[in-house]
Parts: sequence; structure tokens; C-alpha cells
Amino acid sequence: MKFKGYRRSDGSVGIRNHVVVLPGCICSAGAARKIAARTEGVVYLHNPNGCAQNSMDTALTLEILSGMIANGNVYGALIVGLGCETIQKDRYLEAIRRKTDKPVYYISLQEEGGIKRTVEKGVELTAAMRREADFCQREDCDVSELILGMECGGSDPSSGFSANTVLGNTSDRIVDLGGTTVLSETPEAIGAENVLRRRGLTPEIGQKLYDTVKACEQMYLDAGEDVRNTNPSPGNKAGGITTLEEKSLGCIHKSGTKPFTNVICYGEKITKKGLLFMDSTAYDVASTTAKIAGGAQVVVFTTGRGTPVGNAVAPVIKVTGNHDTFTRLNDMMDFDTSSSYTEGIPIETLGGKLLDYILAVCGGQPVKAEDEDFCDMAINQLHSYC
Amino acid sequence: MNAILLHKMDNVVTVTETVPAGGAAVYFLDGIEKKEIAVQEIPQFHKIALSPIARGEAVIKYGETIGYATRDILRGQHVHTQNMDS
Repeated sequence: MKFKGYRRSDGSVGIRNHVVVLPGCICSAGAARKIAARTEGVVYLHNPNGCAQNSMDTALTLEILSGMIANGNVYGALIVGLGCETIQKDRYLEAIRRKTDKPVYYISLQEEGGIKRTVEKGVELTAAMRREADFCQREDCDVSELILGMECGGSDPSSGFSANTVLGNTSDRIVDLGGTTVLSETPEAIGAENVLRRRGLTPEIGQKLYDTVKACEQMYLDAGEDVRNTNPSPGNKAGGITTLEEKSLGCIHKSGTKPFTNVICYGEKITKKGLLFMDSTAYDVASTTAKIAGGAQVVVFTTGRGTPVGNAVAPVIKVTGNHDTFTRLNDMMDFDTSSSYTEGIPIETLGGKLLDYILAVCGGQPVKAEDEDFCDMAINQLHSYC
Repeated sequence: MNAILLHKMDNVVTVTETVPAGGAAVYFLDGIEKKEIAVQEIPQFHKIALSPIARGEAVIKYGETIGYATRDILRGQHVHTQNMDS
């Protein structure tokens, strides 16, 4: 199976051709926003971090921002710094150069001499990159070059028995075609660690999956929280979920049935094919961001209650198994799986249709979050601001 | 249909609307319509037993063990916190 994508000089494949402008830290966000607003066809990637972080969180910020820029969907990027922030120009550029050779520029308010000069320079640089980017042509790419991120949030009972089931089938199809799919949200796998252990391609990978989930549970315990005492929540129970195992299986069910070929860190560059597990937070926006930073060109986000999540770099396809949500929140929803139980349409049929839909989006069809210009951004924080 | 079998190994199905006592949970197994008569009311999105599950036996959903019966469960009964646990 093929889709029309962009081939980049670093070997990656994109489904969008973005020129991105982002602030190096929050202090320069206003200037970066002005540049994006004044340049046609430039997207603004919000970044609330980059300064006053300890070394672990600084490393996370760099991993994510460099990964977002290295994503195949990006032609080139401009970072607009303040000048005195923790992550200096050289650190940004070095982190990015380790992942990609695409055009990247850095300017700062303190070096350029204030807002007006910085914005003028920024507009000049991004407009030039936009002109170069427009010479890129879409060409035939194979599904085996696709990386799909899988996410859920604002779940309701239909997520477990409809939307996630359909996505699981689609994930199996992509893996069978030689492509890559990525599950994450480690806290939501607590309770299903024994199931995951059996799904490793090798016993070692299975054990790594198990250990990753157990380490996450321990992190909660160290912070004085026992996930097993608070889950399923009273609301979950009222909705028919009886045990933590059942709740967690409903979440990991969207990864289908294939074996996991690797376990990678938060935002780590995705290099292996097949089904992967990324160790990531349950905070859906930060988890979506991490998979895109890892290289996912597209994300499927299942939701029962309905959320508007979008991303500046990659299209986020919102899939719901709740027909009322699909109709009532239609400007937030892309794909409806409720016919799996209202009309008895087989999961396999809907899984095939969802793959067709994903490939249409890969070929350029915009998703609702792109139409609405929703560009959410969050990076997991472990120790900062204390 | 008003119920979903998530895996053919499962011994429970999830109902998509409240099924009254004596009503049927209707689901598909390999494209064939099946019925399970509820012996008590099954609230929307809750589980109904497809076979007797003895105390200590596994409750299977998604083809996996989601918990164990804490008392004998009859076919057609509501399966939830009152008769199962992790």
C-alpha cells in the first residue's frame, strides 16, 4: 500500500511540509508568535519550557523539541530564543543536528536587538524557508515507511469496546504491511503488565515491558499514591468497569495483537519497525507530543467523550465509538466507529476503513484539528519548578 | 444487537443498553447472532455471564483474565464488584 509523502534528505518521510517557528523559552514566545502570524504557511510550535529546568527536565525538553523538528513532516524550523535561557543556541542546534540535517535557524531577542528587529529577521528567514519548502513534491511512499502514534483520552465505555478495538485492527494491518505503530501511556498499563510481558517479541522484550510498567507503578508509590487503590474510579465502576485489569486492557487493546518489537524512552527516536511501546505519561497531550517527537507522522487519538487535541507538526485523527459525540462535537471528530455495535459492522471492516482514512490524511486530506488550527503542546515534567 | 463479545474466548459480554431481567443480550460470534437471557437487570455497559463461572474461576474479557469470581456466578447474571474482584 502506498501514500503520497515527502522524502527528506535525512531519510525520513513526511506527510506534511511544515515550516515551524518555536520559542526557545517562554520569554520569547511573543516574538515567535508574531513571526508565525506574519508569515503565510508557517506553523507556530508552542514551547513553555527551555529555562529554569533541572538537568533531567532540560534533557527531556531538548529530546522532544529536537524530535519535533526532526519529524519528517517538517521541512525546516526557526527557533526564537531570548538569549540568556538555560538551553543556549549551541545546545539546541547540536541536539537537532544529531537527528537531522534539515534547515534550522536560531535568532534571539537579546542578540537581534529587541522585538521588532527579531520579528523582521524571523519573517525573512521563515518566508525564505517557506519558498524553498514549496519546491518539495509529494512522491510515492510505502506504508512500511509510516509511523502511527496511538493515543486515547476523554474515554468512555465505547472507547474500550469500539474505538480501541477498531484501532487495534488497524494497527495489526499496518504492522502486517511492514509499518510501525506506537503504544504509550505507561500508567494506564498498570494492571496489564502480565499481559504485556507475554506480548514481547522475545522474552527479554516482554520482561522489559513488564519492568517498565512496574517501575511506573513504583514511581507513584514513592510519591505516596497507590494506583490500585484509586482505580477503577467510582465513575469507571458505575460505567461497568470492575477491575484495574479490565480498565488497563481496554486501553492497551488499541495496540491490537502483534508482538512488541521494542520498548523505548519518552520521545526517543523511533528506529525499529513493527509495534513499539514508548514509556510515556498518561497525560494525553504530552504523550501525543512524545510520539511525534519520536518520528510518528500521524496520530490516531480515540475518545469517547470527545477532545479537540491537535498538534503543530502531525495530524491527530480523532476516532470515537460514541455516535452522539461524533454528531454533537462534529468539528472535533474525524472518524466514527459506533456502527460496530449499533449496526453490527465487523471490526475488521471498520479497521480497514480506518486505515484507508489514515492514508487519505497522509496524502494531504486535513483533519478537524488542522482545520481548526489546534496545536497543543506539552512536555512531561519530572522535577522542575520545585 | 445490544451486546459486544470482544474475544471469542470471553465468558462475559458487555451490553450497550440496559437489559431488563428476562430480556436478551444479543451479540455476534463469528458473524452469527447469539442471545443470552438476563436473569437480572444488566445496567448499560456492564457485563453479563455467558456461562456459569464458579467461585475462584477466571472472568475472561478481551481474551484475558480481568479478575476472578468471588462467588458462584450463574449464566445470565450481572458480573461486577458484587461477584468478582482482581
